[in-house]
Amino acid sequence: MEAIILQILNGLDKGSAYALIALGLTLIFGTLGVVNFAHGALFMIGAFCAVTLSRILSLSHTVIDETRTDFLGNPAKVEVPYIYDFFGPEFGATLIDWAVPLSILFAIPIMIAVGVIMERGLIRHFYKRPHADQILVTFGLAIVLQEVIKAFYGANPIPTPAPDAFTGSFDFGALIGMDPYTVIYPYWRLLYFVFAMIIIGAVFAFLQFTTFGMVVRAGMADRETVGLLGINIDKRFTIMFGIAAAVAGLAGVMYTPINSPNYHMGMDFLVLSFVVVVVGGMGSLPGAVLAGLLLGILQSFASMSAIIELIPGINQVIIYLVAIVILLTRPRGLMGRKGVMED
Amino acid sequence: MGILEVKNVNKRFGGLQALGDVNLSVVENSCHAIIGPNGAGKSTLLNCLVGKLIPDTGSVMFDGQSVLGRTPYQINQMGISRVFQTPEIFGDLTVIENMMIPCFAKRDGSFRMHAYARSNQERDVIEKAEIMLEDVNMLDKRDMHAASMSRGDKRRLEIAMCLVQEPRLLLLDEPTAGMARADTNNTIDLLKRIKDERNITIAIIEHDMHVVFSLAERITVLAQGTPLVEDTPANIKGHPKVREAYLGETA
Amino acid sequence: MLGLTGKDFTLFLIVVVMVVFAPIILNPFPVDSAMAQFNAGYPDLMQRFLIFGIFAVGFNILFGLTGYLSFGHAAFLGAGSYAGVWMFKLLSMNVLPAILVAMVVAGLFSVVIGYVSLRRSGIYFSILTLAFAQMSYALAYSVLTPITNGETGLQLSLNDPRVLDGAASADGSLPVPTFFGLEMRDSWDVTLGGWAFTFNAGYYLCAIFMLVAFYVAIRIFRSPFGMMLRAIKSNQQRMNYTGLNTRPYTLAAFVISGMFAGLAGGLMVSMDPLAGAERMQWTRSGEVVLMTILGGAGTLIGPVLGAGFIKYFENIFSKINDNVLHGWFAFLPDGLENAIVWILHPFVGKGWHLTLGLLFMLVVIFLPGGLVEAGQRIGRLFSRKKKPADAAQKSTQSTPAE
Repeated sequence: MEAIILQILNGLDKGSAYALIALGLTLIFGTLGVVNFAHGALFMIGAFCAVTLSRILSLSHTVIDETRTDFLGNPAKVEVPYIYDFFGPEFGATLIDWAVPLSILFAIPIMIAVGVIMERGLIRHFYKRPHADQILVTFGLAIVLQEVIKAFYGANPIPTPAPDAFTGSFDFGALIGMDPYTVIYPYWRLLYFVFAMIIIGAVFAFLQFTTFGMVVRAGMADRETVGLLGINIDKRFTIMFGIAAAVAGLAGVMYTPINSPNYHMGMDFLVLSFVVVVVGGMGSLPGAVLAGLLLGILQSFASMSAIIELIPGINQVIIYLVAIVILLTRPRGLMGRKGVMED
Repeated sequence: MGILEVKNVNKRFGGLQALGDVNLSVVENSCHAIIGPNGAGKSTLLNCLVGKLIPDTGSVMFDGQSVLGRTPYQINQMGISRVFQTPEIFGDLTVIENMMIPCFAKRDGSFRMHAYARSNQERDVIEKAEIMLEDVNMLDKRDMHAASMSRGDKRRLEIAMCLVQEPRLLLLDEPTAGMARADTNNTIDLLKRIKDERNITIAIIEHDMHVVFSLAERITVLAQGTPLVEDTPANIKGHPKVREAYLGETA
Repeated sequence: MLGLTGKDFTLFLIVVVMVVFAPIILNPFPVDSAMAQFNAGYPDLMQRFLIFGIFAVGFNILFGLTGYLSFGHAAFLGAGSYAGVWMFKLLSMNVLPAILVAMVVAGLFSVVIGYVSLRRSGIYFSILTLAFAQMSYALAYSVLTPITNGETGLQLSLNDPRVLDGAASADGSLPVPTFFGLEMRDSWDVTLGGWAFTFNAGYYLCAIFMLVAFYVAIRIFRSPFGMMLRAIKSNQQRMNYTGLNTRPYTLAAFVISGMFAGLAGGLMVSMDPLAGAERMQWTRSGEVVLMTILGGAGTLIGPVLGAGFIKYFENIFSKINDNVLHGWFAFLPDGLENAIVWILHPFVGKGWHLTLGLLFMLVVIFLPGGLVEAGQRIGRLFSRKKKPADAAQKSTQSTPAE
């Protein structure tokens, strides 16, 4: 029982990341009909937004501290972040500590801008080209984006810690009346899951309850007809692309304390997110979320030592196996709609 | 006993009865038209004949053999060729290549691994393709890319591609839909000539009365998924039921 | 000639001449000159040109003809590599059985993957092949360690049985791959004035296989089978309604291209008997996609050009560092020199992939026909200057193809 709960919890954070990326992928696919291989790169750019902000906040200058001396008796030189000068050392330190959550504010406009530029500058010209061309050009873009990040930030993972308040773990088992210390779960992972659910909820609410969302959903169902109604669907789709980029970016921002960001994290997540989209059903938003969480949990279960002993290597391949089986038996995925990308 | 026998075919899509108890018999070497207002189930019926859809109940026999459960390519190999509403041709290939592919399909069956043969040495196929092109008056376009031709030429090429297979039954799905008057007349002339010159059975689904009455020997009127009446063109014209269900609607 | 039309035969002849004389053609600069760094005529690089050329030519039979975009072809290259090394370990250091078995193993592997993946088309096919390749990669790293030797990679050892020529390792050093006694690393150096040329046994073995592979590809392109594959790309619906079963055709194309990949893998280990799992990663599959598109998918010579282009510039660009750049722009004023070096820095050396990615995007956007199309456009430009009327007619004939 403990083991099961623990695996479900362990799967949730990764599953949430899959769900967030897949949500954007499927949104772009459903609205624009574009297969975006650069979507993983957006996740990665989000993560590096957090890295950048924490670096900016930590920018320091050297001051001479008269009260202390080094071992030669000279006044000591200390690095003082500029931010201490503006906000005082206490608040400054808090700001640096909270760099990752703060990056959310920083990342939203950047990610929307990146998304809009990407759509306007590149993707737009590929609506009418074959899917293979879309895959190829976005694949090229993904390479370019990840190499640019590599050029600026190097190839090594950059540890970006969560605020001190969230670094610990808590005893989830004790909360639900089990023996203490059986189900321990880090705060940040729980926060990630909650955060992901909020974002997903926001996206759904936005699509469900606003006129904008209604038009977008109508456009997903039948683009041509909506275009005929005299609604400028293209402009809305551009904004939709921006939102999808922001969702992927935020997923990346919040993921940094769980996994130190590196330049190829986007590609790593991309493949799995595509699998998630396919399993959930191309163009189905609830499908993407459901499949993301399910696959995350499934992967976590497959990593249990008892299961690995039973079927060696299953943890490595479970997601792909599920995808292959789903694609062959239910080509539309778990919740795919009729008419989307059928052969 | 006709070459194509459709018996008690039913097809539902969810709550919609697309076809209800359709019976149809197409006599060999005749031209049989199926007409009906929009949504009458004409295309559904056609798709049931070529293996794209499988009817819920009933039987479809071609030359004494059931076509049900067979895939489109198997049905084609039995001798049924289909012309689509919008011309389906190989746009990236040249006209002569478009013609050669059905010839290969006729000669070699549904699959043959002829990877070491040379296309330009397949004299029998090329000759056959050229004769057919000549027949539909397209030999001058032999080396053009098929996608760059006019719609009328594409239609003509598609018909030629079907004919070169020497099918026993040619199915035409609104062959003149969306065509200019001149192209329509050309197509009618071509089909008439085919009918007169070759031993071929034609089943045609059509909206355009002009086309139907210039070609068909027998007409079946379909309305709401069921055959209303089947008769000769002359009788159909004056049939009160037909006027009500079909002509009355369009008038 | 050789069952090829005049034009194809000329093309084949050009490729033969290029391949045979590559050690000379690719070393145009004297050894001591500043330009010597642009020489590409050393065996290791030339072997890679040919091996990746084979890989891309094979990939093109699938993608270029049928339009099925596989993102998993590296798996076949990897499978071929492992099979080849195992032949060296178990049977003999002769490269011939290794290469043949590599092709057979890759072929069988592609039958399995192709049979399943080809049940879907379009993007689903791409994702299925991607999933299979990533699965193979993950398995090669973990569970299959007894076969693949995991992270270390599969290599030769002195304890290998090598039933046919176990004695070869008697002197205590690792044996090297041979072709009936001719060692693959054997080279014949020729110095002519300031120039030095290396003629390497391994290179010429690759050359023979590459030329055969290229010839086979031409024959496939010009065969009725090739025509069927192009027709599948153009209109599957029409294929079905013309009485043709598309699946065996696509499967045959898939397996042929898988065997080409296996051949490439077998040759790779024949030159350097080492196989690692990273050879199967999906980004490696992406590389062969890049080569094919960059050169010109669906054309005969395109993939060869693309493979050569990418491998050459990968090699050259990776070698250019800031010092080299400073050397080039030394004639400029210091400030300008530093600025230019600063701008170029991210694109060279380790930044080669950035250049590649940009180049690839530009090609997909502006030149869907790749280098071959670029060549045709330039050619047309010249012919238009000569005979405007003739050129105009020519362009109306070729535009529909695009």
